[in-house]
Amino acid sequence: MEKNSISCAAVAKIKEICQAHNNDAGELINILHETQNTFGYLPKDVQALVARTLGIPATRVNGVVSFYAFFTEKPKGKHPISVCLGTACYVRGSEKVLDEVKKVLGIEVGETTPDGVFSLDCLRCVGACGLAPVMTIDGKVYGNVDPKNVRKILESEEFKG
Amino acid sequence: MEQNKINITIDNRPVSVEPGTTVLDAAKSCGIEIPTLCHINLKGTCVNNHPASCRMCVVEVTGRRNLAPACATACTEGMEVHTNTMRVLNARRTVLELILSNHPHDCLVCPKSGNCELQDLARRLKIHESPYEGGEKSCHEVEKTVSIVRDMNKCILCRRCETMCNEVQTVGAIGARNRGFDTTIGPAFGMKLSESECTYCGQCVAVCPVGALTEMDNTGRLISDLANPDKTVVVQTAPAVRVAIGEEFGYPAGTIVTGKLASALRKLGFNYVFDTDFTADLTIMEEGSELLERLQRFLAGDKNVALPILTSCCPAWVNFFEHQFPDMLDLPSTARSPQQMFGSIAKTWWAEKMGIPREKLVVVSVMPCLAKKYESGRDEFKTDGNPDVDYSLSTRELAALIKEANIDFRSLEDSDFDKPLGESTGASVIFGATGGVMEAALRTAYELHTGKTLEKVDFTQVRGLEGVREATVDMDGFELKVGIAHGLGNARRMLEDIRSGKSTFHAIEIMACPGGCVGGGGQPLHHGNVEIIDARRKAVYEEDRNKPLRKSHENPYIKTLYEEFLGKPLSHKAHELLHTHYFNKSEEE
Repeated sequence: MEKNSISCAAVAKIKEICQAHNNDAGELINILHETQNTFGYLPKDVQALVARTLGIPATRVNGVVSFYAFFTEKPKGKHPISVCLGTACYVRGSEKVLDEVKKVLGIEVGETTPDGVFSLDCLRCVGACGLAPVMTIDGKVYGNVDPKNVRKILESEEFKG
Repeated sequence: MEQNKINITIDNRPVSVEPGTTVLDAAKSCGIEIPTLCHINLKGTCVNNHPASCRMCVVEVTGRRNLAPACATACTEGMEVHTNTMRVLNARRTVLELILSNHPHDCLVCPKSGNCELQDLARRLKIHESPYEGGEKSCHEVEKTVSIVRDMNKCILCRRCETMCNEVQTVGAIGARNRGFDTTIGPAFGMKLSESECTYCGQCVAVCPVGALTEMDNTGRLISDLANPDKTVVVQTAPAVRVAIGEEFGYPAGTIVTGKLASALRKLGFNYVFDTDFTADLTIMEEGSELLERLQRFLAGDKNVALPILTSCCPAWVNFFEHQFPDMLDLPSTARSPQQMFGSIAKTWWAEKMGIPREKLVVVSVMPCLAKKYESGRDEFKTDGNPDVDYSLSTRELAALIKEANIDFRSLEDSDFDKPLGESTGASVIFGATGGVMEAALRTAYELHTGKTLEKVDFTQVRGLEGVREATVDMDGFELKVGIAHGLGNARRMLEDIRSGKSTFHAIEIMACPGGCVGGGGQPLHHGNVEIIDARRKAVYEEDRNKPLRKSHENPYIKTLYEEFLGKPLSHKAHELLHTHYFNKSEEE
């Protein structure tokens, strides 16, 4: 009996991913990438199961997951937002954009809104410095963002429901 | 110039070393002490942490563009190393200043003050100001468990504890999490240590260079009990304490200070000064009898008998197999550890003899160990909520208390432990070293099994510091195969062999700490010097040689205890008071 809050199907899927990498602990990062792609995030029980399957301590899996910014232990929102804090965006005031997003959504960086619609992250440069300050929603770039327009963007029809 | 050796110069001095030698070790061999912080290497054991992360040991190598970490740079032929150039000294100073910029400056009230490797370096490098103040500081909650206190604000991320927990002990309870200023060493998912697989072996504490990992201090509790006239306070002290506590008072490692220790305990105000060695002898009576009982069933053809029998004196080892090998809980001896047998006998047989009610009797133990603190609080060792052993102090805590109480340890006269719970044989003293419990058991098991007198009591084949040792002992025709492992990683290998059916041993002794209890997590800090542990180990055997009685079953008060109270080994009463059972603590439960 596995003491898990994850479904039997999910358990089977994780074991399948590990098996595809020969349960090799050296493949941990690849395994975690695939697992996150499957489930959207890496909750505690998933990490613990990966650790058990690979025969390594949970601390090692959790160490990798918590070190790399790409991995997330919390579910992402339906529409993930990233605000660029790269140099160009920063000097053009992206911190104010970020503050406004936080204010409008009532969440901090790394969090997801209670309704699960938005999650908020920061990133460093999307290669659109000419449009600074930028943010992305669902991977779509919003350029020359004025903090005053943030609420309008977030309340637009495409993000409803 | 020597053949097959690598010739280099360090600070213009020629040195010849074996291939593979690090610059750090080469320098040490010619008397140059390069400062280190993250590095620790207990030669002869598997303890070796050299992540080269702290950069304290940087040196200049002629022809190399950047500075080289001496701990992780191998010597190459013709290398010219400089350990004290202006560039090196400046780099070291900057490194240390940066480490200190994210380290609390509360040395005056830090439990590690005076014994801190970071503090020593700051003094050695004459860091008198802190140029990088004002930046971000790590902010972590302090966790106090029954055994270990974790203050990650003081952690310098040397990773020694992580190496100990993962590579040496293979427990995997702690590791690095997060990044940058948020980095902390702890259990997965930010759990508490008390919720993790931690065995409380305390080896992380034993190697922590700073005040990030320390023991739960019970000295305050002891002082108030000693000051309470309503309480009778008795103390038991473990074998490994008497060969180590002297170091805290300036004696060389391995000095036997048993007599002064007893005097110091008496001066502190304990009503009775007893010895865990007494119940180590008792453990041998019970565990040895259990071994013989299982062997006799085995020899009679019983295929279901649980063999090999595993020793059960070490509480960290007990925690380890409860977490990691829950399918093998029938193998360990059910005998309680000497600490717990002492508490049990003191609060029954002895207390009744003396007419002291249980609630007025306080049993304190002094142990080389931090897991003993946890063990004394286990529910199965309580009667109506009253623990057999009220609490446990480490060797370090006792030394600190002796100093606090204005006792000049070095000028104390020798004295003996009180009777009856202070009488012991040489067999019990060697419990403090790896291989000792097995040797003590062999001395008694041989005589009980064969009915003959054992002429040569020294089983030198089970002694030593190798991680795993084995020996075959002739039990008058029967070849008894015994194994010994110290360090939980070595224990794991032995248990995996048992699980896969490869093991051929009849009996295995396991101690969690490298070297056994002499290298325990509660001992005076060795700061990476394995010779200290070996000197203590040798002292334990010297103390054994000096004892008139060297077999547990010859202890006269053990005989009295059985005659008056317990009947015989493994009797119903002995089971009730001296044996225990184990629990599945794995996650899959």
